[in-house]
Amino acid sequence: MAEKIYWNKDIETMELDKMKALQSERLVKQVRHVWDHVPYYRDLMEKKGVTPDDIKSIDDLHKLPFISKADLRDNYPDGLLAVPKSECVRIHATSGTTGKRAIAFYTQNDIDIWDNCVARAITAAGGTKDDVVHVAYGYGLFTGGLGLHGGSHKVGCLTLPVSSGNTERQIQFMQDLGSTILCCTPSYAAYIGETLQEMGLTPDDIQLKAGIFGAEPWTEEMRKQIEESLGIKAYDIYGLTETSGPGVAFECEEQTGMHINEDHFIAEIIDPETGEVLPEGEKGELVFTSITKEAFPLLRYRTRDICILNRKKCSCGRTLIKMCKPMGRSDDMLIIKGVNVFPSQIETVLLKDFKAQPNYQIVVDRVGNVDTFEIKVELTDEMIGDTIKSVSELEKKLSADIVQILGIKAKISLVEPKSIPRSEGKAVRVIDKRKLV
Amino acid sequence: MTIKQLSIFVENKPGRLSDVTHTLKDGNINIRAITTADSSDFGILRLIVDDTDKAIECLKKADYLVKMTNVIAVTAEDKPGGMASIMKTLYKANISVEYMYSAFLNPSDVTACLILRVDSNENAIEALTDAGYRLLSAEDLAKF
Repeated sequence: MAEKIYWNKDIETMELDKMKALQSERLVKQVRHVWDHVPYYRDLMEKKGVTPDDIKSIDDLHKLPFISKADLRDNYPDGLLAVPKSECVRIHATSGTTGKRAIAFYTQNDIDIWDNCVARAITAAGGTKDDVVHVAYGYGLFTGGLGLHGGSHKVGCLTLPVSSGNTERQIQFMQDLGSTILCCTPSYAAYIGETLQEMGLTPDDIQLKAGIFGAEPWTEEMRKQIEESLGIKAYDIYGLTETSGPGVAFECEEQTGMHINEDHFIAEIIDPETGEVLPEGEKGELVFTSITKEAFPLLRYRTRDICILNRKKCSCGRTLIKMCKPMGRSDDMLIIKGVNVFPSQIETVLLKDFKAQPNYQIVVDRVGNVDTFEIKVELTDEMIGDTIKSVSELEKKLSADIVQILGIKAKISLVEPKSIPRSEGKAVRVIDKRKLV
Repeated sequence: MTIKQLSIFVENKPGRLSDVTHTLKDGNINIRAITTADSSDFGILRLIVDDTDKAIECLKKADYLVKMTNVIAVTAEDKPGGMASIMKTLYKANISVEYMYSAFLNPSDVTACLILRVDSNENAIEALTDAGYRLLSAEDLAKF
């Protein structure tokens, strides 16, 4: 077997004691930085009766208050910024309405750290400077494109910023330029695999050897399918815009969970009801604390992802703690086609277009590895007229407003009253038929 | 003189038209005129019935969406040009017809009946009456 390659060997294989000491040192600094520069955090800490002096090591982490998406929303756009804006070099944002959108700021140092984290992921997927990295994530405010792009540069790979879409052209590029590592959402990878076959090609016609896929939930079956259709090994990657983007955690060749870049992010698992920290190995909500961020530090950020952590010895030699694939959410957020969707966003649109809250149901499925997204709306007497036009105009308006708010298209189905099934009198708002866990 | 038309929203799925018409049958309601407008996912069934209030009650009880609209029922001669002359009368009075359909009538003195949805009932009634057309009342329709 070839010698194992790491991007930051010292960190990635660091002994637990040393890692904890490093984390402690960085946490103390991070807390002080936040206390000094973000009044909102200082208030939260004061309310909990904690000062930076109380945080001496990672054993004191639990004393800090949590921060959630609601805090981000309350501080939109830059209330949590910890450095002057002039020190920032970039912004990324999640999809969604202004109210739900999370904005992250980056200094050059934040970008360098992020690139390093992604470089570890690319290296773990077998990437070296000899590779051609095909980035088919969307570029823009979304962290996927520029995140993998930055990591690829860092490793010194030849980087193809193809972005998403025009799949036949993507495959043409793969053939012409010899792409070896594909980075995109798993559903897009599956689609590329199907297109390859439709074009009468086989995995032997392209040189891909690995893929790094994230930004949406995917299953082991899907992994197998992608691996077969593209002739690659498929690696998972995890991250949130709030914490920087992809690269918070990454998979190694063992493919049994993602190593968390613990020198930059401390992970905890809590009971989502009580907020109590749970011991390693127990299932609960994943919470991250950044410890090296300058522009947009996050202390104990509740991801709402349900997860399990484990520090079992990994055959890849990395000592970084591993998180499993997120097993669900502790809130009602759905990830559809890689986009975060909250039912409340849909309610906002319905309320705006209908003046009243109609009964509705979101139906999500996955057909041929592509998410389908349907919104059924029960009509009321006020909504109908005596012509098709009167109803279809409503449908068109609703459809356009949903795209506007969510950034993805939904099939709007206007249905008769009481045709959406009730469970114990309450309408079931979300039906997710995808089997993702 | 206008009459009341019911518009019912129906999803395009097997059995819906059967269900609606059975709901009316169970309420002992007689359909005097009917037409459908459809898109790929749903349709709107337009009806003139002998007892509008009772029909609405029955349909609502069965959870149908019902909308009431005032339309005109005008009689026409059942011969070439019968329709053309009504249309010309309306056109000359600058009235737009949104849609129209015919009714199930077979009395001796009325040979054809057209249900009209226009942009202005008032103007259309005046134009048609002035031109000598006979408009039918709800009672007429129920009776014939």
